[in-house]
Amino acid sequence: MPDSGIGAAVRRKEDARFLTGRGTYTDDINRPGQTYAHILRSPHAHAKITKIDTAKALKVPGVIAIFTGADFAADKHGGLPCGWLVHSKDGSPMVEPPHPPLAVDRVRHVGDQVALIVAESRAAARDGAELVEVTYQELPAAVTIAEALKPGAPQVWEQAANNTCYDWQIGDPVAADAAFKGAFKVAKVDLVNNRLIPNAIEPRAAIGEYDVASDMHTLYTTSQNPHVIRLLMGAFVLGIPENKLRVVAPDVGGGFGSKIFHYAEEALVTWAAKKVGRPIKWTADRSESFMSDANGRDHVTHAELALDKDGKFLAFKVATKANLGAYLSTFAPCVPTYLYGTLLAGNYATPAIHCSVRAVFTHTVPVDAYRGAGRPEATYVIERVVEEAANVMGMDRAEIRRRNYVPRDKFPYQTPVALQYDIGDYHTTLDQALKASDYAGFAKRRDESKNAGKLRGLGIASYIEACGIAPSVVVGSLGARAGLYESAAVRVHPTGSVTVYTGSHSHGQGHETTFSQLVSSTLGVPIENVDIVHGDTDKIPFGMGTYGSRSLAVGGSAIFHAMQKVIAKGKKIAAHLLEAAEADIEFSNGEFRVAGTDKKKTLTEISLTAYVPHNYPKGLEPGLEEQSFYDPANFTYPAGTYVSEVEIDPETGTVTIARFTAADDFGRVINPMIVEGQVHGGIAQGVGQALLESCVYDAKSGQLLTGSYLDYTMPRADCLPSFTVGTNVTPCTHNPLGVKGCGEAGAIGTPACIMSAVLDALRPLGVKSLDMPATPEKIWRAIQDAKMPKAAE
Amino acid sequence: MTAVSVSLTVNGKPVSETVEARTLLVQLLRENLRLTGTHVGCDTSQCGACVVHVDGRSVKSCTLLAVQAEGAKVTTIEGLANGGKLHPMQEAFRENHGLQCGFCTPGMVMSAIDLVKHNPDPSEREVREWLEGNICRCTGYHNIVKSIRAGAAAMRGK
Repeated sequence: MPDSGIGAAVRRKEDARFLTGRGTYTDDINRPGQTYAHILRSPHAHAKITKIDTAKALKVPGVIAIFTGADFAADKHGGLPCGWLVHSKDGSPMVEPPHPPLAVDRVRHVGDQVALIVAESRAAARDGAELVEVTYQELPAAVTIAEALKPGAPQVWEQAANNTCYDWQIGDPVAADAAFKGAFKVAKVDLVNNRLIPNAIEPRAAIGEYDVASDMHTLYTTSQNPHVIRLLMGAFVLGIPENKLRVVAPDVGGGFGSKIFHYAEEALVTWAAKKVGRPIKWTADRSESFMSDANGRDHVTHAELALDKDGKFLAFKVATKANLGAYLSTFAPCVPTYLYGTLLAGNYATPAIHCSVRAVFTHTVPVDAYRGAGRPEATYVIERVVEEAANVMGMDRAEIRRRNYVPRDKFPYQTPVALQYDIGDYHTTLDQALKASDYAGFAKRRDESKNAGKLRGLGIASYIEACGIAPSVVVGSLGARAGLYESAAVRVHPTGSVTVYTGSHSHGQGHETTFSQLVSSTLGVPIENVDIVHGDTDKIPFGMGTYGSRSLAVGGSAIFHAMQKVIAKGKKIAAHLLEAAEADIEFSNGEFRVAGTDKKKTLTEISLTAYVPHNYPKGLEPGLEEQSFYDPANFTYPAGTYVSEVEIDPETGTVTIARFTAADDFGRVINPMIVEGQVHGGIAQGVGQALLESCVYDAKSGQLLTGSYLDYTMPRADCLPSFTVGTNVTPCTHNPLGVKGCGEAGAIGTPACIMSAVLDALRPLGVKSLDMPATPEKIWRAIQDAKMPKAAE
Repeated sequence: MTAVSVSLTVNGKPVSETVEARTLLVQLLRENLRLTGTHVGCDTSQCGACVVHVDGRSVKSCTLLAVQAEGAKVTTIEGLANGGKLHPMQEAFRENHGLQCGFCTPGMVMSAIDLVKHNPDPSEREVREWLEGNICRCTGYHNIVKSIRAGAAAMRGK
């Protein structure tokens, strides 16, 4: 089946429903008797709640009930749990403050949940919310990292002295310092990794429902991982056992990390639905998304790279301050640590590395994983300092990278920051990117731009990421409070069609197609006879969901292993029917054959026999359905190099991306069309971070200044070019599919690549550094500043 | 709250509904008529997930009160396919992987069809400029642009 097997650009199975308006997103679902919820949110960054008066609001026609933090606390439920424990360098555990779904006596960011209003309609709930009288005593707020760390700064949590959650480190500071002493040159950068708001186009939504007869709770929610939500909400917040809680994540309109986490609204509608005796639907409007979805990035970093006289990297030192917001979101602590510090070797064989990270509470929305999660931040630091190294050494930017890459023959490569890369070939993806981008022809294009009055810059960035998250034993030793395997059940039906139940969750990635290709080509079943079921805890085995570019590498491997069990059982049945030894049965193209003969049985004949076991091997169970939990042996390490060219108008500071070329190594590719689509989307988000997007709070009041699409600059079609993308394949060595994961790469490699191009264009004018997003205003100011005579230089 | 009645034609069928005066067209479509293919992605008329055709023009259905559509002919994403056969623009999105999560897709398709009505053979730049009012977070627009140009060619009969 060459047109639907592994490696074919099969058109997506899920598109038929999405293109005709027949997808089922959470807000598309209405339950019988449904009511509507509105969340009243804090208008202040930091305030004491002295009184909440709901009397007037309860008189609004249609308002059914209003719940406050006191009501939730009275039921003695738990708070939203944090899924990762990080220890400081002195061995002490991070500060882990409480996280009530509704604020009790204090609000800690604009948008903090204050009351839940339940009504007959959305409009009535909103009308009611407007009449809830909350008396606040405003308090000073600590908004930025710099302000929060100042002596005497307003404290987000009493128990977190100096607003510090933890002060973590990785690597060997002694070895790094020693190497710096012998350095020929040192490259230094100070940079900000700008705070981003994820902005999946489907706003979060949740419907809670309670059935008295069965004592069963159901939550429909916009989640990337329904089983994780069931576990966190059931066990830690509401105390509902798994058998009485069903979580459904139906079609989900994009996640990018922001829908991994367990959010307050999920617990609130589930809890309140039982109280009011009717289903409750809550749907965020975009303004709420801006002030309640976990944000991404927000680092301030100083980094230094020591070089020898040949431009070889000797040691790398990084000091980062990371903003965690006001509360610990589900996986927040691991993002600036184990998904960041461990990646600081990048693609390079730097012998000594040390990184310290101070995580800081502020009166802002919680910060957690957003597409790439820690790895874009690491790549940005590494590649900015590598660019600076090329600059101080006077070396070609491609050559300095080539000289320092982990050589092809050094894999598996143990980095000084815990990870062991199993395989890679960074030289080849660099060469591919340089060739596809016509690196050699750049000087001519720069001259042409110059003649047109424009500044042209070329950007290069190499990246590596740790994906296929993650080996449970490893992450457990690093503080994860969950395993990170994945599950699959493969059910071969009596007449040979197949349904796969996966713990992975698709919210745009096209699993229904890619996984079907995998099943179709492994079992020899026509692709239209394969269905993929995901997103409903009542249907799928316990699984961990989709994030960290893990679905194919971990979830796909689970499907693969379950299929191997199906084949192994099929061989027993075939051996019996064909009167041959089990060891002589071979399986391929959907047929069980006696090796070296033309005796065979089709999978359909075997499955029918399994369910109608009249002539059947003694002692073998009927049925043909197998399950697998796959726990990876290592992370996977997708890597590659991106090259971009930008043109800047020096009069206005406007940046146009003229070319963008990506060369990625994702290991084996199942569906190249889907892989390219994932790369395109990641690049666009990376361009957004580099040139357009920034979450901005008023530094004093903590008011969110970028709270709508009129203020927060999303990448639109006319900000972007078409992209040139290509892949090189070094198959992952430790999963059965040889795959690595492609979902985050674009967002990881692109910001560094675009900023490399912008700075390359501006460097001749004397601009040495610039922080993202490189907006026209910032570029224009940098150009003007560089023109000013320097007083004391 | 004042209730008003509104009559219009949706996907070729006449409908009459009684709604609160403040009801938006998108709410009428989604809640009263249960045509949930039209999506709401923002509250500032920026994202374009709610684009439908009103009397043949692409309109953000979150910017229009339901009562303003009195007497209008409205087409939603559900009304595009002819029986089981996709509209050429829908087919072009499928063939060119012009969608991922599918949430912005109905608005993109409806907007694209209106573009082709104005400009049967849009250049890449013209497509990108036309999409100023439609935000996609998944695709990076690359394959959407490709889809729309292919859809335009198919609508031209090429």
